[in-house]
Parts: sequence; C-alpha cells; structure tokens
Amino acid sequence: MTCSLFHPGLLLILSGLIIPFLQGTRRTLFVLLIPCVALISIWNMSFGTACSIQYLDYELTLINLDALSRIFITVFAITVFTGSLFCCKQAKSKELAAAFVYAGGAMSVVLAGDLLSLFIFWELMALASTLIIWSVQTEYSWRAGMRYIVIHLLGGVILMCGISAYVNETGSILFTAMQPNSIGTWLILCGFLLNAGAPPLTAWLADAYPEASFSGTVFLSAFTTKTAVYVLLRGFPGTELLVYIGLFMIFYGIIYALLENDMRRILAYSIINQVGFMVVGIGIGTEMALNGAAAHAFTHIIYKALLLMSAGSVLYMTGKRKCTDLGGLIQSMPVTAVCGIIGALAISSFPLTSGFVSKSMVTQASVDEHLLWVWLLLQAASAGVFLHAGIKFPWFVFFQKDSGLRPDEPPINMQMAMIFFAAVCILIGIFPDFLYGMLPYEVNYVPYTAAHTLTQLQLLLFSGLAFFVLLPLMKRTLTISLDFDWFYRKLAKMISIFILTSLCNFQSKLSKKVSALKPGYYIDGILNIRFSLAMGMGLIMIVFIISLSYFLF
Amino acid sequence: MNQNWFYRKSSIKKLWISAIIILVLTILAEIFVTLHPHFEIEGLFGFHAFYGFLTCVAMVIFAKVLGYLIKRKDDYYDV
Repeated sequence: MTCSLFHPGLLLILSGLIIPFLQGTRRTLFVLLIPCVALISIWNMSFGTACSIQYLDYELTLINLDALSRIFITVFAITVFTGSLFCCKQAKSKELAAAFVYAGGAMSVVLAGDLLSLFIFWELMALASTLIIWSVQTEYSWRAGMRYIVIHLLGGVILMCGISAYVNETGSILFTAMQPNSIGTWLILCGFLLNAGAPPLTAWLADAYPEASFSGTVFLSAFTTKTAVYVLLRGFPGTELLVYIGLFMIFYGIIYALLENDMRRILAYSIINQVGFMVVGIGIGTEMALNGAAAHAFTHIIYKALLLMSAGSVLYMTGKRKCTDLGGLIQSMPVTAVCGIIGALAISSFPLTSGFVSKSMVTQASVDEHLLWVWLLLQAASAGVFLHAGIKFPWFVFFQKDSGLRPDEPPINMQMAMIFFAAVCILIGIFPDFLYGMLPYEVNYVPYTAAHTLTQLQLLLFSGLAFFVLLPLMKRTLTISLDFDWFYRKLAKMISIFILTSLCNFQSKLSKKVSALKPGYYIDGILNIRFSLAMGMGLIMIVFIISLSYFLF
Repeated sequence: MNQNWFYRKSSIKKLWISAIIILVLTILAEIFVTLHPHFEIEGLFGFHAFYGFLTCVAMVIFAKVLGYLIKRKDDYYDV
C-alpha cells in the first residue's frame, strides 16, 4: 500500500468511531474541528491520483482528486461542520457518530478512482445513513429505516452486478466516463440512479428522511443523493435518457410536495425535485450544463440543509411536524423564520441568492442547445419550485392561521448554524465568482443581466400570485399520498397474508389427515408472519426485477 | 384578537396592494429592459409572467385532481 497523502474521508470515518467516547465540550470541539481539518487538507492536496492499495488482482485508488471531486468534498466538509454546529449540544452521540461515518463514506466515494472502492464506501454510506434514521429510536423510524436499507441494499446488489459485468467486459476497474450500452453499464447506471431518487423507486427518500431526528435529516439530505449526482456527473455525462428522468423527478417532486402535509416531507420531495435539475444538466452534457449541475449540487446542499435546520428547529421546539398543527410561528421564532425564508428564496432561485447563480446555468445550457421543450419545462419547474417549497414551506409553518403556539427560538448553537448558512446562501448569490472558480470547467456565464433578472422575477412573483389566488385549493389535510412504496408496504403485506392464510389452511387440513391416519401425530406450525412477509417481498422483488430486465434488454 | 402585524386586516390589505403594484411594475419594466429572446415565444410581452402564473395554476389543479386518486388518511399504513 502506498498512501503518502491524507485521506479526508477516512479521517471522518475514524472520527465517527471516536465520537461515542467523547462527551460535553470535548465532543463539541472535536466535531467542529475535524471537518475543518478535512477541508484544509483537501485544499492543500494537488490534483491527481494517490493512495493505492493492492487488493486481489486489482489496484484500488482511494484518492483521485480533480476540480469536480474537490467541489463536492468542499461542500460536504462545510455541511458536516455546520450540521455538527447545529446539533453538537443536542444530538445523541450515536447519531453524530453515524453522521461522521456517513459523511466520510460520501467523501470517500467522491475521491474513489476505481469502481471497487467506490462500491465499498457506497455501501458504508447506506449502513451509516440507516443508523442515523434508527438513532431516533421510535417505532416509525425503525420501520422506515428497515424499508430504506432494503431498498439501498437492492441498489447495492444492482450496482455490484453492474460492476462485475463491467469489469468482466473491459478488464478494468477504473471509474471513468461510460455509455449505457452494455448490461454492465446499464446496471451501474440503475444503481447510481436509485440513490439519486430516480423513478420508479423514488419513494424511499420521502419515506425515510423525515423519520430521522430533527438534526439527522439535515445530514441525510446532503450526502446520498448528491453523491449519486457526482457519480452520474463523472460516469454518465451527456446520456440523453437522463434529461427525461430528470424532468420526471422535477415534476414528481413538485406535485407530491404540493399534496403533502408534513413540513419535512415537503422538503424531502423537493430534494428529488432539485436533484432532477442536476440530472437534466448531466443529461444535456455540455460544459455549461455539467458546470451547472455541479454548482447546483453545491448550492442545493447548503440551502436544503438550511431549510431542514429551520424545520428541525421548529420540530425541536414544538414537537410538531404537520402543517395542519403549525402556523404563526413568525411571532415567536423570527430568526428561525427569516433563515427558513432565505433558504426558501435560495431554493426558488431568487436573484441575490445562491440558487439563482447555479440553476440558471442548467437552464442556459438548454437554451444553448436549442432544446425548446426542455427549456419550457425547466421554466415551468422553476415557477413550481417557488410554489411548492419557496412559499408553501414558510407560509404554512410561519404564517397562515395562528396555531397559538409560541415556542422560543432554538438554542444559540442551532441559531448560529442557521445564520451561517443563510449568510452563505446570500454571499454566493451576490459574489458567484467564488463558486464559479471551483467548477470543473471554465465559466463563461454572467447570471446578472437585466433581462435575466427581470424575467426570473416575473416568473417567480407570478408563481407567488398563483399560490395566493389558489390558496383555498391548497388547504392542508391530514393525509399522505400513495407512491411506489405502496407495492412493498401494502401489496406485499396483502400477498403475505394471503400466503399465510392459504398455508395455514393447508397445514390444518394436512394435520387432520395425518391425525386421522396416525392418531396422536400433528404438524406443528413453523409458519409465521415474518416468513410470509419474506415470501411476499420476494415475489414483489422478482416481479420488479423481471419487469426491469424486460425494459432494459 | 391577534395583535401581530401580519394578522391585522389592514396589513393584509396593504400587503395585497403593494404586491399588485410590484407585479405590475415587473411587467412594465420590460419596456425599459432589452430582452434577448433565443426562442420566439420568449419575445412575447410579459411572457415569463403569464407563463409562470399559468403553469403554476396547471400544476396546482393537476395535483388537486391527482390527490383525489392517491390521497389517503395519514394512518393508512399503520392500520
């Protein structure tokens, strides 16, 4: 093994293992210091590959640093720092420990130069993120975490199958740009897309993330989907299919968020919506589009974490998460409200916020490529983002009817984290060159032209008008919306109950016949609900894989 | 009675009036700003304003109709 360089991902993973042994101020200092060390180290590294390990007949490359990986590592480190600041005094040690391992896994995926080490850290992320969900220790989080890990292990199996086939075809484990033109690359693409929240398995995200603690969701929102965006950026730039998948994700996110009542689930759906913009950019594949996707991933991680911190503060102080129970909190939580509103403006790409300077690069790329329909849909979606997240979240939580709740502002460390990220959102919006300087390709784009600023304002403000005009249609109800998870949460259960009843009937008939032949003998019941549930899930998975393979091949 | 500024009837009226003035101004500003339409449709006067409004109306109505099909009580999976 040759590893002359410092590996920020492994540093975070090891730190995660130390955190449970620290308490009080020591723990606080430790969780704030380590992300800073990771950030400084990544900016002191030179581009290129390093840290090679011989494994079986393969050489694993743990560090492959270039501008693309550096921008992702940078935003990951900043988010771990601010997320830790947000909850350093409140979070359980096991949650913080899992968050560090998770973030370290994400950094290691981004740095991985080969498919095998990428896979190992990919799976580590799945395990650590499940532990974040479980660390809240409620019945709901246990079940949601179980569904989450099953879906991600399925994704892992698909990815491993793809990698095996790819290595078999090409003889190389290097992770470079590829085309979906063989079984191996198709399966790799499917494995990547599953983590991005692409259809059909979109439901895991909005199902699991809101079940984590007030702070756990902040960490969860940052890494899994954005690591998927990174691997798609590196592995499949310019794959046209991604434009259509991205557009689906964009509108799926908007429509489901419009129907949703849980404030953190609204934000979870909007993650899929925003990742959709990045996936469209990757699909367009020009330098402008890829820059746009990377820039949007950077800004999105920050404003989404800010929004979830704002929602997390409300949850922490009130214990409530449904829009039907909230409202009027601007009166007693002005700091949380203002930070939440800045996050909401940033996600809506309002001028002078970070979203404006990043998302418009993707839109501009569709113009440069003369893709009229893609551009029209992206513009409609931009208006829709303001509708479903930009206004809906702050309106139903901090304004609308007065719920009578008068919670205090959250503790000072939580406020500091929110104020810091709110300031970053605005600073990037005002000085975009800071972000543009980090992007993988040279940027020849000026976001602040009079025409662009005006047309964006028209689009957003009239979208806002539509919201208030149609407010009666958006009255919140105590409901959830059915999604693809219905198949494994309801249908699988129905099938398993059917199997269980049939087998029980069969068993009792058999018992009667046996005891008639040989009195005194009976057949004991080895059948139980877990067995039947496994059978039901198995059947669903088989049907899914068969239909997937039908579409693919 | 709620004394907070945001909940007074007079403030809501003021907010609506200022919002409408801003909306009208953003459309009128097009007279003074040279747009550089790439697609023909972009060149229509006030296109982004009308497009933003109409697509949002369409999305809300679509969500409402879809809601009738896919909305369930929030304890649907618990029972």
